[in-house]
Amino acid sequence: MEFSRRDTLALGLGAMALTMLPFRAHAATDDAIAAFTGGADIAEGGVTLTAPEIAENGNTVPISVAAEGASAIMVLATGNPTPGVATFNFGELAGAHSASTRIRLAGTQDVVAIAKMADGSFAKASSTVKVTIGGCGG
Amino acid sequence: MISRRDFLQVSMAASAMLGASGFGNWARLAAQQKLTQDQLLDFDTFGNVSLIHVTDIHAQLKPIYFREPEINLGVGSAKGQVPHVTGADFRKMYGIEDGSASAYALSYNDFTSLAQGYGKVGGLDRVATVINSIRAARPDALLLDGGDTWHGSYTCYHTEGQDMVNVMNVLKPDAMTFHWEFTLGGDRVRELVQDLPFAALGANIFDAEWDEPAEDFAPYKMFERGGVKIAVIGQAFPYMPIANPRWMFPEYSFGIRDERMQEVVDEVKAEGAELVVLLSHNGFDVDKKMASRVKGLDVILSGHTHDALPEPVLVGETIIIASGSNGKFVSRIDLDVRDGRMMGFRHKLIPIFSDVIESDKEVAAVIDAQRAPYEDAMSEVIGQTDSLLYRRGNFNGTWDDLICDALLSEREADIAMSPGVRWGPSILPGQDITREDIWNVTSMTYGQAYRSEMTGEFINVILEDVADNLFNSDPYYQQGGDMVRIGGMGYRIDINKPQGERISEMTLLKTGERIDPAKSYVVAGWASVNEGTEGPQIWDVVENHIRKQGTVTVAPNNSVTVVGA
Repeated sequence: MEFSRRDTLALGLGAMALTMLPFRAHAATDDAIAAFTGGADIAEGGVTLTAPEIAENGNTVPISVAAEGASAIMVLATGNPTPGVATFNFGELAGAHSASTRIRLAGTQDVVAIAKMADGSFAKASSTVKVTIGGCGG
Repeated sequence: MISRRDFLQVSMAASAMLGASGFGNWARLAAQQKLTQDQLLDFDTFGNVSLIHVTDIHAQLKPIYFREPEINLGVGSAKGQVPHVTGADFRKMYGIEDGSASAYALSYNDFTSLAQGYGKVGGLDRVATVINSIRAARPDALLLDGGDTWHGSYTCYHTEGQDMVNVMNVLKPDAMTFHWEFTLGGDRVRELVQDLPFAALGANIFDAEWDEPAEDFAPYKMFERGGVKIAVIGQAFPYMPIANPRWMFPEYSFGIRDERMQEVVDEVKAEGAELVVLLSHNGFDVDKKMASRVKGLDVILSGHTHDALPEPVLVGETIIIASGSNGKFVSRIDLDVRDGRMMGFRHKLIPIFSDVIESDKEVAAVIDAQRAPYEDAMSEVIGQTDSLLYRRGNFNGTWDDLICDALLSEREADIAMSPGVRWGPSILPGQDITREDIWNVTSMTYGQAYRSEMTGEFINVILEDVADNLFNSDPYYQQGGDMVRIGGMGYRIDINKPQGERISEMTLLKTGERIDPAKSYVVAGWASVNEGTEGPQIWDVVENHIRKQGTVTVAPNNSVTVVGA
């Protein structure tokens, strides 16, 4: 296991958060999605969201999104106090419709990517990223 | 004699089993005290390619005892599937007779009496004999090491892995992948890897800063054997920076990375690979899932979860081989590869019975040379045991009960925590406990025993967190260890519940009172993944405790109630 005496104090805050696992999707998530799609239907598939199953460091989690033919991709960390991460816009001359970034996750939660396609339709992908206190590996 | 049809042989085209494994027959032979090296090694060479798999040796150079787990629970789709089958159910599944050599090698019942009858297992000098015998039949057989080789003993700790590198170099592996090796520190791993006369592989070892494949490890290596182009792809332990201290190798990132694996498979196929072998440290359930998601893997040589299976598991057209741990087994897989695809295989899990298989003199001499400077310190007798000391099992083992007792008394704590690792040999009742024996179950580069105050609520969070790493129904969210071992506290666990709802009825054993979420308890433990952990080394804590006891007796531990198994 883990935790020196010093570290225990620091971990106390994390513990408060971890007891609430998994983080519930925020109402702000639904609002952000509604604002992006204008309430239109969202199809599953057509978007690739690459994220680790378990974050090596919840403070900097590498993710990437791609959707062929998208004009914009919005990324949400549904369990963060502020779910909005980024919206990537792709112009007509964009050679690739993909983007990578690192995001901070407050705890285990779903990361969602919603793509707006050139024809005005929407598509979605979702991935659960676990944030764990670690240790004890075999 | 063992006939041809005693080996597991499968034609991929027909996907039909043409014979059973050799285990049932060894059982009878051994029961008649006729088990010989020739019988253990007997194998009608098949096809045109041979693979030899060793994994999770954990620096066990010498013969040892190793008791397989009694409790190894699967959840979700893994429930009741190998490797989550133990004891009598396992023997029934594979047609193994009670009390036989195979029962001793592969299950836990009557361990002490069978161990006294059949003797120790493993020893890399014996493993060398087996490898040489396979190479005599198939000179260009590939020897593949699944990792967890440079960790786990007194000499390995003091030489920072050099002892294992020196011995393995004599065995001449063709490739290796990694897990505990990284706990030697990033610099030391690079130093050792630079000089390896074989391939150091890890398609999922990335540069942490740039999130690109690390330059220090190749993703794969191509071989040409028996006229067949073979790609061996490496997959290091995916959860390295989570299960072990990230600060020791901050420059690397890992992860399962399915998409990356598919890219690498496609790349080697484009280069003309007719056989794709994954040398994996994923753990068995993760490998099963990966086989179902990544297309084009013919053979997965599975490591990490220390399972020993006498037959491969078939997922689609991928065969998954599990070869045990601690030097106790060697797997031989012969393959018939024709027209660019695997047409069939023959497999044998060879148990290394140290009293039956001869020592290879050359390797024995190299092993002794590594040990010589430390022999006096290692062989010092610290105490004796009246109880069988073992570790494997999901919830507790007697070795960990003893370590927790040592932490409770030496560190004056209410509650003790010991990591749920799966390495560490067993000690029989009546045996001496030497310093080497203690190091075999505690040695690591972050062994400091901390002493800390934790609230009841936080202890609950830890248990929930570790339980989810073991019992999450999706194997990609599992880390492959066992449950953290707890001393001084009992609890109830419902393994099928979601995280946050599995643990209940936490009870402080010394008072019989329920743990109060708001109250602070003194907790002693070891193997913290946090940098700067202070405290004495765990092996010194355990040695002091055993010395005071003289002869240790470990009482049965019924403090964990398991529901949903």
